Amino acid sequence: MGSRASTLLREEEIDEIKKETGFSHSQITRLYSRFTSLDKGENGTLSREDFQRIPELAINPLGDRIINAFFPEGEDQVNFKGFMRTLAHFRPIEDNEKNKNPPPNEPLNSRTNKLLFAFRLYDLDRDDKISRDELLQVLRMMVGVNISDDQLGSIADRTIQEADTNGDNCISFQEFMKVLEKVDVEQKMSIRFLH
Amino acid sequence: MDDLWCVAVAIFQLWVFVVVFFIMFPAMFGLSLGVTGVYIQILVKILEWATVRIQRGRQEQSSVPVPLHTGIIERASGSMQEQMGQLRRSQPTAAGEFCLSDAMYFCKKGLESIVDDQVTQLFSSEELASWNLLTRTNQNFYYISLRLTIIWGLGVFVRYCILFPLRIALAIIGLSWLVIGTTVVGFLPECSVKNWLSELVHLTCYRICARGLSATIHYHNKENRPKKGGICVANHTTPIDVVILANDGCYAMVGQIHGGLMGVIQRSMVRSCPHVWFERSEMKDRHTVTSRLRDHIAAKTKLPILIFPEGTCVNNTSVMMFKKGSFEIEGTIYPVAIKYDPRFGDAFWNSSKYNMVSYLLRMMTSWAIVVNVWYLPPMTIQDGEDAAQFANRVKSAIAHQGGLLDLSWDGELKRGKVKDSLKEEQQKIYSKIIVGQNGIAPPETCSQRKEDQ
Repeated sequence: MGSRASTLLREEEIDEIKKETGFSHSQITRLYSRFTSLDKGENGTLSREDFQRIPELAINPLGDRIINAFFPEGEDQVNFKGFMRTLAHFRPIEDNEKNKNPPPNEPLNSRTNKLLFAFRLYDLDRDDKISRDELLQVLRMMVGVNISDDQLGSIADRTIQEADTNGDNCISFQEFMKVLEKVDVEQKMSIRFLH
Repeated sequence: MDDLWCVAVAIFQLWVFVVVFFIMFPAMFGLSLGVTGVYIQILVKILEWATVRIQRGRQEQSSVPVPLHTGIIERASGSMQEQMGQLRRSQPTAAGEFCLSDAMYFCKKGLESIVDDQVTQLFSSEELASWNLLTRTNQNFYYISLRLTIIWGLGVFVRYCILFPLRIALAIIGLSWLVIGTTVVGFLPECSVKNWLSELVHLTCYRICARGLSATIHYHNKENRPKKGGICVANHTTPIDVVILANDGCYAMVGQIHGGLMGVIQRSMVRSCPHVWFERSEMKDRHTVTSRLRDHIAAKTKLPILIFPEGTCVNNTSVMMFKKGSFEIEGTIYPVAIKYDPRFGDAFWNSSKYNMVSYLLRMMTSWAIVVNVWYLPPMTIQDGEDAAQFANRVKSAIAHQGGLLDLSWDGELKRGKVKDSLKEEQQKIYSKIIVGQNGIAPPETCSQRKEDQ
């Protein structure tokens, strides 16, 4: 499989992805072979069903939200480039990247982008605000039937109260960042990709 | 023209003579002329040489791909409680309460499973550390050097032109021997001679078939071989598992009646020996299955039952969940671990990709089958243990002995979807964390938090 996969992926494409995402050549070819093994329709793109077929993801309470993050608004297929762009958020931030002068475009794996990714898990309607209703829905996904509506409602209220600074009863991205100021996002939103 | 014809006939006769007298007869009596042993030794030498060549090739040309066997990521370890605890330590939130960063835990887990998950890989072929000179494996390097190409070409010739016809002939002889033999034995009246003859027919057939796959089987701890009135459970990689185990003793098989060639074989086998075959409709009724198995075991003189409790073929790197059905029957369990050597050919039957015949053709054109079989000490259910726990204990023992990964995923996932209950379990664990039934944050973080505020 591996050899077939690497012949289908052109060198130029690899270079392009490398530049955009920061993944190494061998990481890209390995992830490509993973991509093709997930692609049961063998059409070069993944659908939501392709993701749902991964058992460990299917039992993840936020599985549907995570899958959603791979699909741009209104689309139901993601190609390899799009797949890699989403994965790139989870590359660890390397030391030499920290020290360098800020590049023209902020890298996909910066702290802000990692936080934005987490923020969007809650922001169901993509209006850049987490409303009480959205928070409740996501909480419900995480806890299932184990917590009563009342209890969950008070959790949502308290969370919004603590985070909301401008009194609009929503959590904006700015407020979200402020709440998670002390969290080690760099580590918690990073996956150790092997070289 | 006639001369040519005569020569061809003479060669064919010679070939048949060799097959019958030098392979089939020794096989029937369980003797070995040592040819397979020498062949395997030569193979090992060639494969070692090829590995060295490929490594050298990799140093010279950078375009040669690096083997993929190292995996893609290194996963974070620890339970949900531990990891969530770490995640919260840095954040000013009450212990046992929800905080916005909790989603990051699920998010990271989810992304990790997208990049690399344990289960879907189990149903595709195992990745090899080095190329085994078969183009069908996940990497092939026959273009690296001229010498490697020549060796590979020679391999193709040997496998397809010499071994393949030989193996086909042996398989046909073996299977027709089984069908004819068991049918004839089936006409005998029920007596000890019949059982003895039936075992003989089975044993010889499987031995011939094993030669037909150039199988080299190493049995370990033979003193633990399954005894009559017991249940033998083994991990399942391929239908050939049956041939491998039956080379060293007879088993009563349990399974569904198939159509086609398999059906013919199954029907003739049951005439001579009490195998337990079920119709498809019966298979669904768990109660019937269990009671028929219980009856079989109760008659202490019948052959041990052979069961593959995974219910599906796994790629021989891991053991998946054991269905508890066969552990509900009160009987002695004889666990057996089977581990194939992937260098000589991929024994895993990927049933969603290949049908039975094309799978067998692939096996017959591979190098050989080299397999280790470990008989484990018999196990019985302990006091206070339910069938599922017992099944898990047996599974762990098999995984440990065979050097396989011990997983709790259900083999049904090959075809079906995950049960909702598994997701609910995750939700339950998380709920406990946030309503604080078992406080996850250690006390010192609480005091830290107060200072923060």
